[in-house]
Amino acid sequence: MKVALRINGTLREAEVEPRKTLLDTLRENFHLTGAHAGCEHGVCGACTVLVDGAPMRSCLMFAVQADGYEITTIEGLAPAPGELSVLQDAFCETHGLQCGFCTPGMILSSHALLEREGSPSRQEIVEAISGNICRCTGYGQIIEAVEFAAERLRKANAPRGSALPHVGAPGTEPSAQDDAAIEHGILEAATAHDGGPK
Amino acid sequence: MTADPSTFRFVSSNRRVREDRRFVVGNGHYVADVPLEGMLHVAIVGSQYPAARILGIDASAALAMPGVHYVLTGEELAGAVDQLMNGLDTPNVRRFPLAVGQVRYAGEWVAAVVADTRALAEDASEKVRVSYEPLPYLTKAGEALEPSSPPVHPPHGSNVLLDKTFVWGEVEKHFTESPRHLSFRVTWGRNSTVPIETFGVVASWDPWREMLDVWASIQMPKYPDQIARALRIPANNVRVHQDVDVGGSYGVKRGIKHTVLVAHLARRLGRPVRLLEDRLENMRGGDAHGPERIFDVDVAFNDEGIVKSMKMKALDNAGAYAGRAPFQLGKPIGAIVGPYKIESVQYRAQSVTTNKAVQEAVRGFGQSPTNYAIETAIDKVARACGLDRVEIRRRNFIRADEFPYLIPSGTRYDSGEYHTVVDKVLAHIDYPALQAERDRLRASGLLAGIGIAACLEPSGGNSSFEPLLNEKNQTTTWMDSARINVDGLGFVTVTIHTTSAGQGHETLAATVVAEVLQIDPDLIRIVRPDSLACLPSNTPVGSRMAIMLGGACFHAAQKLKAKLTRIGAFRLGVAADVATYENGAVADPASGRKLDWAELVNIAHRGFHLLPPDTEPGLEATHVMQVPTGDKLPEGGRVQMYPCHSFEFHMVLIALDPVLGKPEIRRYVIGHDCGTVINPHIVKGMTLGGIAHGIGAALLEEFVYDDEGQMLTQSFMDYLLPSSHEVPQVEIVHHCTPSPFTVFGQKGSGESGYLGAPAAISGALNDAVADLGIFFDKLPIRIFAISDAVAAARANPTGKTAV
Ligand code: FES
Ligand code: FES
Repeated sequence: MKVALRINGTLREAEVEPRKTLLDTLRENFHLTGAHAGCEHGVCGACTVLVDGAPMRSCLMFAVQADGYEITTIEGLAPAPGELSVLQDAFCETHGLQCGFCTPGMILSSHALLEREGSPSRQEIVEAISGNICRCTGYGQIIEAVEFAAERLRKANAPRGSALPHVGAPGTEPSAQDDAAIEHGILEAATAHDGGPK
Repeated sequence: MTADPSTFRFVSSNRRVREDRRFVVGNGHYVADVPLEGMLHVAIVGSQYPAARILGIDASAALAMPGVHYVLTGEELAGAVDQLMNGLDTPNVRRFPLAVGQVRYAGEWVAAVVADTRALAEDASEKVRVSYEPLPYLTKAGEALEPSSPPVHPPHGSNVLLDKTFVWGEVEKHFTESPRHLSFRVTWGRNSTVPIETFGVVASWDPWREMLDVWASIQMPKYPDQIARALRIPANNVRVHQDVDVGGSYGVKRGIKHTVLVAHLARRLGRPVRLLEDRLENMRGGDAHGPERIFDVDVAFNDEGIVKSMKMKALDNAGAYAGRAPFQLGKPIGAIVGPYKIESVQYRAQSVTTNKAVQEAVRGFGQSPTNYAIETAIDKVARACGLDRVEIRRRNFIRADEFPYLIPSGTRYDSGEYHTVVDKVLAHIDYPALQAERDRLRASGLLAGIGIAACLEPSGGNSSFEPLLNEKNQTTTWMDSARINVDGLGFVTVTIHTTSAGQGHETLAATVVAEVLQIDPDLIRIVRPDSLACLPSNTPVGSRMAIMLGGACFHAAQKLKAKLTRIGAFRLGVAADVATYENGAVADPASGRKLDWAELVNIAHRGFHLLPPDTEPGLEATHVMQVPTGDKLPEGGRVQMYPCHSFEFHMVLIALDPVLGKPEIRRYVIGHDCGTVINPHIVKGMTLGGIAHGIGAALLEEFVYDDEGQMLTQSFMDYLLPSSHEVPQVEIVHHCTPSPFTVFGQKGSGESGYLGAPAAISGALNDAVADLGIFFDKLPIRIFAISDAVAAARANPTGKTAV
């Protein structure tokens, strides 16, 4: 049957079987693969998305049930391509992840917490992420990330527009200049173009 | 050690982990995210019986469903592929991806259903009718030793896969001479690493190119070779794509049976085929359980608590096929005395088959269970001698001035300052205050205990345990490699030749190459070519990548730097050993003249006429690195196992309500020494994650089988992983004793925390209940076991209870 879902602010339609979960629909119909299947029985939280701002397990919800709700996936958090939200950047700062498989769910649960509580206590953070199992990190650096993000948000820092590094600079592409000698080495490239390959 | 720590720019600095950026936005590239045109999906039919003859498989109803393409049975598969590799010399323990003729554990894969969607394949799998004739079965390792036990593999003749006794040193003499002895038994329950991402694999076959393409959530040495052997195709017809992010592994992601299955189907059906385990397939039949081990330990010691000798018998329940289980009894031989000066050891390693799921390599490869047994012994000796548990460890520790230290089983420990680490931890935690806090908790009516564990993390993994346990195996290298290319525009790209599961190898490689070349790590691109373009790698096993990938990157960068220096020196008209390399430029120190990076790159890429004679154009360097110290076959049952030995010292305070029995970790401090740290964030994460994993093994996680041979813990509702509620805030006390055998002095940390946490938690709980006469002798120590034992002890205050 047809569903119309509002995902990350855009209305999107798909033809799905009534038994198809929201998780499978997001991944297969809309190619939003940031939500992950960890257990498909509602325990691990890897499939977490926000439904009207509240963390939900998309493996336990049918797509047809999501009709009419505002759905936010991890793909909807970064302000622009190549940029990170304050919370996402905080996870990078404290290395609040390893394999990254739980991370989208973890970040969405934390995001929902920070939306409603600007100064969460450690206990509140522990509570907010307790439905998201992380096998890699032991949670320490995740909790630090949320604390750090809360602090930065409190200080009303604008999200850092982290420059996505690019290779070389205009005019130095091989196609443009064939095999002309380079003028800048890697060290100059670093200062001249504020970045390089990651 | 080759590099001078005082000059480190990037090594040991708190730089971000570059991989994190893609994951925080949900842009990881996991196997489930690999889209292939026309892909078919597999669901598995699992055995209902722990042991049964397969009388017939009727797939007609399943095949009649629209969208169902195929039902594969073990019979067909066994005719088309070779049996899976078996590390031991047990040719009659044959293993195929699907059961052939007989099932050997409940959940074993019997048939594979292929359909247009996974949901359809699951529906159809319910329509496959398998008729069985149940056979006798067994689940306990003890039973498997009985000659009368029903053989899991009748052609093998018994259930014993391995029974080997090693005697290192004068064990009997030391036992006779020692005034005091004690013995005990402890059991390590069957658990595993259980990554949040299950195993998955996609394969496609191109019959015109004769190429099998594989994408998998894999962490497995020699993976392409094993696929090629099983499928009987040339190894260069197998292309494994290494740019797949692995959603956690910690050892277990070695789905060779899954891979051979889908590869065969892809060839058979001419379409790409995908198998993503669901959680049930993963836990029940994914063949990824960990060790299940009974230790019988005798120790000989004196009144001062000095342990002279130890006899350890380790009986491991391998499950239905050999897998990697027997070898997980072998690796701990490399640290069989832990951090202690035990002079002689008798070690009997027994591995038996039962009708349970198959084991795979699990974080530590058998070391954490062994450490649990050793640490229990040390605690018991302390109690017998009336000594403090920290003091007894200090008395038995190898001293800093005794390194390199040769242990009885043939491994030479590289370095360590155990006493110093302990002193630092005690100062940090304020040991008398911790004891006072425990006593205060006790006075308030709670049970409270302090747990202490000291142990080693052997690292830099080689495979010495293979020739040690199987004389036909003559392997003496377990290399890893790196290649660096500087392109014509001067940008640096490094290739690494394995997948990663969150260990930050891209960050590691960039940091090391940048350190040597003295350029910004953020300017270095790291790529993972497919396996056909790869240099040899043995993947991140045995806590080895800081040492082995880090080492390979270091040496490759040194070669590149040497070439740059030769080119520069030649242009400057000075000898290469006179010219200096600094920040990418080569200078003549006498004249001050120099060539910068761009000039050097231009010469290498465009000016052959400017190159020194006999110099290849371009700027490229590779290095294939041998494991330090791992160059000899075993002799007389002794071998150098891993090269490096990280040290960890855990102290934990646990309190619990005697009626509820729920342990609450009030304080957790770990002293950690893994030599030079390359990236502090990564090491911290490994350590904290390892402790959380150890908490699971100690308190929560177990694959439980009932008397009918069925696994009861088939979902995350029954198999409990620690959540943020169960994992306390952990304080890390750092120490650095560089290894003399590695380029920066680094040691491994991939198993840190996990190797001592179970022992420490067991120690704390046993300290909490010792006065009640209780001894918990089996992990995990579940809440109900605690409350039941306490209730029983209180009802019967005189009796001794071993639980
Ligand atoms: S996949 Fe939804 S909770 Fe685990
Ligand atoms: S980062 Fe791997 S499960 Fe959390």
